[in-house]
Amino acid sequence: MSLRTELGATDKVADQHEIPTGTTVVRDLPPDTHNTWEQRVEAVVAVAREHADDVDRQGRFPHEAIGECRRQRIFGAVVPQARGGRAVSIVELCALIEELGRVCGSTAAIVAMHFSQELCLTRHVDLEQESALTAVTERVAAEQWLLASSTTEKNIGGDTRTSSCAVVENGDGTVTVCKSAPVISYARYADAILVTARRHPEAPSSEQVLVVAPKSALKLDRTTPWDALGLRGTMSEGFELEATVSADHVLPVDFATISSHTMLPASHTLWASSWLGLASAAGDLARKFVQKKARATPGELPPGALRLAELEIELQRMTDVVRVNVRRFADQADDVSVLGSMPFAIAMNTLKVSTSELVRQIVGDAMVIVGIASYSNTGPWSLARPLRDAMGPSLQVNNDRILKNTATLQMVSRGRR
Amino acid sequence: MSQDRSQLVETIRDVVAQHAHLSSDAASLSASESLYTAGMTSHASVNVMLGVEDAFDIEFPEEMLTKETFESLDSIAQAVATLQDEQ
Repeated sequence: MSLRTELGATDKVADQHEIPTGTTVVRDLPPDTHNTWEQRVEAVVAVAREHADDVDRQGRFPHEAIGECRRQRIFGAVVPQARGGRAVSIVELCALIEELGRVCGSTAAIVAMHFSQELCLTRHVDLEQESALTAVTERVAAEQWLLASSTTEKNIGGDTRTSSCAVVENGDGTVTVCKSAPVISYARYADAILVTARRHPEAPSSEQVLVVAPKSALKLDRTTPWDALGLRGTMSEGFELEATVSADHVLPVDFATISSHTMLPASHTLWASSWLGLASAAGDLARKFVQKKARATPGELPPGALRLAELEIELQRMTDVVRVNVRRFADQADDVSVLGSMPFAIAMNTLKVSTSELVRQIVGDAMVIVGIASYSNTGPWSLARPLRDAMGPSLQVNNDRILKNTATLQMVSRGRR
Repeated sequence: MSQDRSQLVETIRDVVAQHAHLSSDAASLSASESLYTAGMTSHASVNVMLGVEDAFDIEFPEEMLTKETFESLDSIAQAVATLQDEQ
């Protein structure tokens, strides 16, 4: 039996929340509430918190929290109001991801990845004009489409700026992209996938475009399962992907620009926000633990107090680096001379490396403070899930790859920050 | 194009041939053709920068270290000429 047949036979494939390839789900959404953005965020966080442990234990898609995102009309939040969205700012978006990161790393990761793709549409499609991509962007808001991303490719790995697969013209106004993707997070549950590919079969590996493939235009053949240490709900399985879309589903801007102006800074600021949530929640637990001890012995600092003070240094450092860089991207988001500059690229690189290492360190240190109760897989003091989730960030796009890129830039940098 | 300028472009062409790892032959590039479209990655563009700095004994200031500066043989030549004029 081939691996693929074997995978196809597991009941995980037959998931009632999966969106079957080649179809479009007509989603029956309840009427929108008049909730404020804050109330919407609160509702989603509450649902994510309730199901986080089960999502982790079963290694399943967090359909309750994503369903609540749809009920609260979270998707489409950065789409302009004229196209049915709510024009939420990058700062507000990162705050949402941070709150989700406090309660469920997987949900935070999925919503973060969705918005890194949604921003590619809202920032690189001319939404003043009617077009196929404008229509897709409107559907993200109106039908609460969840967007996934396929950049990683077999034999190329996490280097998003290189593709082997290419956009092939079929001669009838449609184009096809076939990609061997070792990982596409939540691909089976997404309404559309944004796929990088070379512009045409003769183009060099760096001349890439971004193709929007709605589920109705996709074939996904699962090649590898997702049974990972942490972030288990992201369902980051491997696929053979085939998409045939009309040629107007290719974004008009080259991917090099989309990547440096939007996808990289959006991904790094959104991801870092989710890790900050993860680290902050672990820090809160450690603080609560030491405070509980302190109440039993007033006048005498409990054993973990100095460690807690040390942890605060790391938490403050992480909070500052995330806040400053979220603000940096938000403030400069429309200034292409900044977005394309070397200091900006270096800042986003260092944001990723420093925060992914800090989250690992902070959650681990929080565990040392709380002690054996945090080592348990269950119970109010457990840090098991956050610890496992915190190991992923340094690996997903390996920090060494990002450091190597930064090192190259350092060879010509003049040190401006 | 002046004699100086075409000499400049040819020196830059040599650097590009050595460091840009283009998918086409650097000798056949027109001066205004996009090096990125010809396959120069951002990683390779850093090596082109270093090579040009070495060839002309110059140092690009921060504001010139942009994608636009290294877009074509012409745009690089323009930047080098500007720096040489300042010296």
